[in-house]
Amino acid sequence: MLEEKTVTLNMGPQHPATHGVLRVVLELDGETVVKVRPVIGYLHTGIEKTMESKLYYHALPATDRMDYLAPMSNNLGYCLAVEKLMDIEVPEKVKWARACLAELTRVNSHLVWLGTHAIDLGAMSMLLYAFRERELVLDVYEACGGQRMMTSYIRIGGLAHELPKDFDKKVLKIVKVVRERLNDYEKLLTDNEIFINRTKGVAVISAEDAINYSLSGPMLRGSGVKHDLRKANPYSGYENFDFEIPVGKNGDAYDRYLLRLEEIRQSLRIAQQAIEGMPEGPYRAHVPGVVLPPKEDILYKMESLIFHFKIITEGFQAPFGAVYQAIESPKGELGFYISSDGSNKPHRVRVRPPAFVNLAALPRLVEGSLFSDVVCAIGSIDIVLGEVDR
Amino acid sequence: MGLEEKIPDSIILTQLDKMVNWGRKWSIWPFGFGLACCAIEMMSTFASHFDLARYGMEVTRASPRQADLMIVAGRVSVKMAPVVKTLYEQMPNPKWVIAMGACASCGGVFNNYAIVQGVDRIIPVDIYIPGCPPRPEQLMDGILKLQEKIGKESLKDRREEWGRRAV
Amino acid sequence: MEEKVRSFLNSSFGEAIIKEDNFRGQQSFYIRPEVLVPICQSLLENGELDVRFLADITSLDWLGHEEEKNGRFELVYNLYSLSHQYRLFLKISLSGDNPRIDTLTPLWEGANWLEREVYDMMGIWFEGHPDMTKILTPDELEGHPLRKDFPLTWEQPQFSWNKDQPPEVVK
Repeated sequence: MLEEKTVTLNMGPQHPATHGVLRVVLELDGETVVKVRPVIGYLHTGIEKTMESKLYYHALPATDRMDYLAPMSNNLGYCLAVEKLMDIEVPEKVKWARACLAELTRVNSHLVWLGTHAIDLGAMSMLLYAFRERELVLDVYEACGGQRMMTSYIRIGGLAHELPKDFDKKVLKIVKVVRERLNDYEKLLTDNEIFINRTKGVAVISAEDAINYSLSGPMLRGSGVKHDLRKANPYSGYENFDFEIPVGKNGDAYDRYLLRLEEIRQSLRIAQQAIEGMPEGPYRAHVPGVVLPPKEDILYKMESLIFHFKIITEGFQAPFGAVYQAIESPKGELGFYISSDGSNKPHRVRVRPPAFVNLAALPRLVEGSLFSDVVCAIGSIDIVLGEVDR
Repeated sequence: MGLEEKIPDSIILTQLDKMVNWGRKWSIWPFGFGLACCAIEMMSTFASHFDLARYGMEVTRASPRQADLMIVAGRVSVKMAPVVKTLYEQMPNPKWVIAMGACASCGGVFNNYAIVQGVDRIIPVDIYIPGCPPRPEQLMDGILKLQEKIGKESLKDRREEWGRRAV
Repeated sequence: MEEKVRSFLNSSFGEAIIKEDNFRGQQSFYIRPEVLVPICQSLLENGELDVRFLADITSLDWLGHEEEKNGRFELVYNLYSLSHQYRLFLKISLSGDNPRIDTLTPLWEGANWLEREVYDMMGIWFEGHPDMTKILTPDELEGHPLRKDFPLTWEQPQFSWNKDQPPEVVK
């Protein structure tokens, strides 16, 4: 006779709703999900092994390509870790500029998240609006570093070049424009009945489970745990800024959506304070033998030329030891553990990927609910496969 | 179609060629195979600032059975290579492939055990676009060159024997 | 906070702690592999220290430096206290042939995928893990890529003068 069995369905590596090459193997009983198993590794690049065979400077562009939606925060994490290892103190202006760029990166990443999450749930126009706002931020990136996405503008010891002349005008324009348009997006989605039905009560995780699964970032804050590395262990001048940390209540997808919108607003607030209070000073620390001298000095001074040549070809010797530096990237806690064995190449660079650890909680979020909640949950975790697979 | 190979070379066939090519190149349906960072620049190209719909690519199909052009955007890892080949074989003729970015053209920045050094080791590629990632204008330039290339095709070509062809 | 952690660990597990280190302000303890689970259990239960967050599990390969490091592999557990905002490290040295250690999945669910990645990339087996399989590398790849004796396998790039020869793989 007919017997009831579960169906195994494969949401394959190529799928319009999986934000990249993620494969999810589902066991379904009708429309209810019984078991879910994410399979990753389709974008594994061996970045950690590549960075072991290059000098500290040459390994910097590889960090851009991991979380490719927030490239400047990866650079920032790596440079802070190397500066901690070599005990370099950067000037004040560099700290404020780095904080401003990191906050613009957060706006960039959250806008892309908003666009892709909304189009997964059916709201197509949100994608076009989000990418239109993103062009303003990419304009700033191009003025700073010459490239739209992988700028590698934040270097060891400071920045790559001097900040562009109209940097403050551009950033203030972004702050003004995105602040107004956020209200439009709220009108589109926040009180929308379809959006509320698809996200309220979906992909719920409680606070103890979130700490047990080592979640971080908006996943952890959405469940009520008020933990943000910018306030807990401040880095790169964040103690000078005045901002709040939004916290959710229920831990479902709707709370995380409201939380990320509020994070965009706080980021714009920090960027505005950074521009208004930016101190004067050099754009690079002066540590001969470790930090590259400014390009203009090479034409006039012999020592700068020698140091430049030596640092690019041979690098600098790092002391024996290991450091860990964590920053608050848009996805969560991004940490770099750099271990050195005394030579000029890193012995081991470990990247603690927030998206990888957050994705491990997918079975917990989804088992027992309906099939269309899987798509909502994957979007709500905010994964970037380049960081999950490295 | 097997019929056009049996028709002898004549002027009617070249006019038919022009008409068919005109129809094909202005209504390509891309199958956006976005893998990594280049996929974000591809999405930017399809969005409103650098609108690609004005060149006829209004509709991006998610299924390979309904698509014409496969834009391999991003790095192809060794685990993903069989999937790429399966998807290419599922696409019906006529089909074209654009390798977008340095990683899809030649392995790019990553020269190690885990990345296939260029997607043309697995599938035949028509247009290569350099850049890491290429700007939206570069992608549009590549697509326009592909349209020129389609304009020079003929119905009598045997599509199954296509390999790497010079423009 | 540093003093509190040191006194707590020395009082309960004094003989199992080999060394304590403080490099650039980071407190780390070198411990024996057998006491890993009891130490983590007692840190979890201690309400005053409140070390409840497992941030990361890292593995290192010290091929060539085995004498000074007492073993080829080193495992680093990265623990964090949310209420005191304090980070501490537990480091363990394992020998080169057949490295095994107990799993932390009964205590923290987040250790599941982190340990799978350490097994895949470095080859350290975790006893008692529910699903010890490869997670990142393809199934055909044998060996553990992040070990120092696994070659990077980079190919010579093809220029116009050697385009007819197949690319040679340099190890």
